[in-house]
Amino acid sequence: MRKLALSDEILLSVEKPARYIGGEINMVVKNPADVAIRFCMCFPDVYEIGMSHLGIQILYDMFNQRDDIYCERVYSPWPDLDRIMRRENIPLFALESQQPIKDFDFLGITLQYEMCYTNVLQVLDLSGITLNAADRTKDEPFVIGGGPCAYNPEPIADFFDLFYIGEGETVYYELMDRYKEWKASGQDRLSFLKTAAQIHGIYVPQFYKVLYNKDGTLAEFKPVISVAPVTVIKQVETKMSETYYPKKPLVPYIKVTQDRVVLEIQRGCIRGCRFCQAGMIYRPIRPRSLDFLKKYAKTMLEATGHNEITLSSLSSSDYKELPELVYWLIDKFHDKNINIALPSLRIDAFALDVMSKVQDVRKSSLTFAPEAGTQRMRNVINKGLTEEEILNGAMDAFRGGWNRVKLYFMLGLPSETYDDIEGIAILSDKIARKYYTIPKEERNGKVSIVTSTSIFVPKPFTPFQWASMNTKEEAAQKRDFLLSKVREQLNAKSIKYNCHDADVSELEGVFARGDRKLCNVIRQAYESGCMYDAWTEYFDYEKWLKAFKDNNIDTAFYTKRERAEDELFPWDFIDIGVTKKFMFNEYLNSKAEIVTPNCREKCAGCGAAKFNCGVCIENRS
Amino acid sequence: MKARIKFSKTGSMRFIGHLDVMRYFQKAFLRASIKMSYSQGFSPHPIMSFTSPLGIGLSSDAEYMDIMLEESNSADIMINRINAVMNDEIQVKDFSFIKDSAKPSMSALSACDYLIAAKPEGSGKLLDKKFIKKHLDEFIMQDKIEILKKTKKSEKIIDIRKNIYHISDNIVDFEKMTGQNYGKLCINQECLPILYCTLTAGSVINIKPELVLEAFCNYSGIAYNLFSYQIHRLEMYADLNGELVTMANYNVISELGGL
Repeated sequence: MRKLALSDEILLSVEKPARYIGGEINMVVKNPADVAIRFCMCFPDVYEIGMSHLGIQILYDMFNQRDDIYCERVYSPWPDLDRIMRRENIPLFALESQQPIKDFDFLGITLQYEMCYTNVLQVLDLSGITLNAADRTKDEPFVIGGGPCAYNPEPIADFFDLFYIGEGETVYYELMDRYKEWKASGQDRLSFLKTAAQIHGIYVPQFYKVLYNKDGTLAEFKPVISVAPVTVIKQVETKMSETYYPKKPLVPYIKVTQDRVVLEIQRGCIRGCRFCQAGMIYRPIRPRSLDFLKKYAKTMLEATGHNEITLSSLSSSDYKELPELVYWLIDKFHDKNINIALPSLRIDAFALDVMSKVQDVRKSSLTFAPEAGTQRMRNVINKGLTEEEILNGAMDAFRGGWNRVKLYFMLGLPSETYDDIEGIAILSDKIARKYYTIPKEERNGKVSIVTSTSIFVPKPFTPFQWASMNTKEEAAQKRDFLLSKVREQLNAKSIKYNCHDADVSELEGVFARGDRKLCNVIRQAYESGCMYDAWTEYFDYEKWLKAFKDNNIDTAFYTKRERAEDELFPWDFIDIGVTKKFMFNEYLNSKAEIVTPNCREKCAGCGAAKFNCGVCIENRS
Repeated sequence: MKARIKFSKTGSMRFIGHLDVMRYFQKAFLRASIKMSYSQGFSPHPIMSFTSPLGIGLSSDAEYMDIMLEESNSADIMINRINAVMNDEIQVKDFSFIKDSAKPSMSALSACDYLIAAKPEGSGKLLDKKFIKKHLDEFIMQDKIEILKKTKKSEKIIDIRKNIYHISDNIVDFEKMTGQNYGKLCINQECLPILYCTLTAGSVINIKPELVLEAFCNYSGIAYNLFSYQIHRLEMYADLNGELVTMANYNVISELGGL
């Protein structure tokens, strides 16, 4: 019988004890004494969220293929258990062996969103790991960060020994090999970090020094030792159909967010929306082969017993063989009561045909993400979706029996006017009006439109990294204005309007383009009790305000300020392939409302071609 | 065809709720390529039901589930196929075919056997065999055993004496009372058995073993702390013309050919 880290009494007194017992189907079992390296993978949020993350499943499988490594997992304990662990001094443990994380060689933390930063500190703290990397002793684990937020690691730089910039499939094995050599050598902690810093894609924050100008902007960002590179190059998996992918993904006992087989059909995006970080940092787009996907779909369904499979990518409609793949999945699995969960597709004849085959038309809804309400604004953000396409897609769907539509927009985009905001209400109404052009006897009841807005947050490595973000007061005003405009529409009763919380967005804005000065703020917020900031019920804005004030940080410096072309950004030391020059040109294009064609229409010369893969070499040879 | 599956649940699986156990079985059948029958409609689901959901924290040697299958094989082959894709803390122990006309075992349930054991981390006086024997004999001789039953909606005092069919402090006597042979139990071996009992179960009256334990603690004057005990289900029974028969033998047809 597996020995659990928590007593029966504790497990029976917390919500969902299955979060902490491990033992899931396909969990890898090794004897920790038999391996040279113990690696603990962490998603700093609750189990149900963390278990739904594909990246960890890929790396878990990759690491465990090696006999000398045992990769285990940990997620953030929910506040109920957090309190008990602190009270009873129980160290945080990994799910597999149920042993303390402090005894591991590595703790790898994936950083998927800014609002998880206090949870990172929670995990370190509960594990008994020194919060500041520079103060860690030789026998503490090396803490390594990765994922999208690692592209601007500066606000949390103090807490990490290393960051892995880019895709995990490429240099982790090399890092592990160097670690084994270091461990055998008996040298000090710094000597391993020096070795690691020489591996492409690895960033060791303590080897870099930051100098600031009087106005608070960066004056200089330089390595302080010669072996640390001036520029850290993003790692790219160039052979997407010959690389690691889990054949036997973990199957949790409790229902998690992504309770299905996830098939990543491609990585990257050709679209170049100017607000989208993923669209830049994962360039170039690299599709996986149809054969690879068919083989893995079958293998993973058999190995997990999941009754649903979904496709994952940024803009799935751009996967060239999508119809072939989807019809194959339907043909092969739909009769076996396996659901095919569709990603959001561009609404066209193919999408409607597939949707009618795999979904209940009466219950499902159409999703459009126009992101902006007017064509002018969509040109500014380079979202190549026209009003005509939306209205025609909606009309085709209405004729097919659908009557529910979800629309996603952003408020506070650069150069936004009140006409652009009103455009959101007008577009929502136009869709409803389309519906009522269908004769009454052919309609399927009333139309329902759900219009949602989020607040635009400028992200590093996007053409909008220079842009000003709205204050929360401005955002609130715009939200109220939009609500009043929605109410003026002919079909106001059919349109429901939802808006995202402005306080959280403001914080996201600060951390997204933040610098090292924020490490102390995050630490203070955590120490004063902030945790699970991504969860409305735990988000405590007042504590954050105090932490900013106590550290003399003006949040507007990070959010409101439009940057000069030549400003040195905290993340400029990272080379994602796409050049700063390209992004600035795109920023100028946005101001001129000029649309840039997508990668397959015409290469825009963004710089990602230096990785020599994917769409950049598609039409060669 | 309809099958009844008997399975054990122990170790860390005690913390998985019964809805999740149902999902677990659905996935296990898919991994084992056993074709389940599905309900009609746009979102079909496998047709399966549990006889009696087991509370979180309890372990068991005798959970029962009824399931409709599209095809099957002999019981031994089916048990092996399913266990090959399960973890070792939930294992199928018996597989039988039941009449299609059989009403759900859930509604036929009339009694359950339980073992109440002390967890290794100290249970004081209840570890004293003589103490238990003396008090148990007196406890069961009472005309009434009253205990406060709390539900989400109400609290009331009920008399559970007539719902305790059998009670004993040792397995030998208990097996004589019930006529069963429980074999090796899959309860945590570090737990020390205190009481064995057969209690009324089902949708009309369902007596939880925790209530009996609490009444016994009250009677013998010792503090009741639920966390100190492991409760383990040993068997489930249906009422067949006034006799208790185990679920594994209720409405069962011996051979596939008997369909």
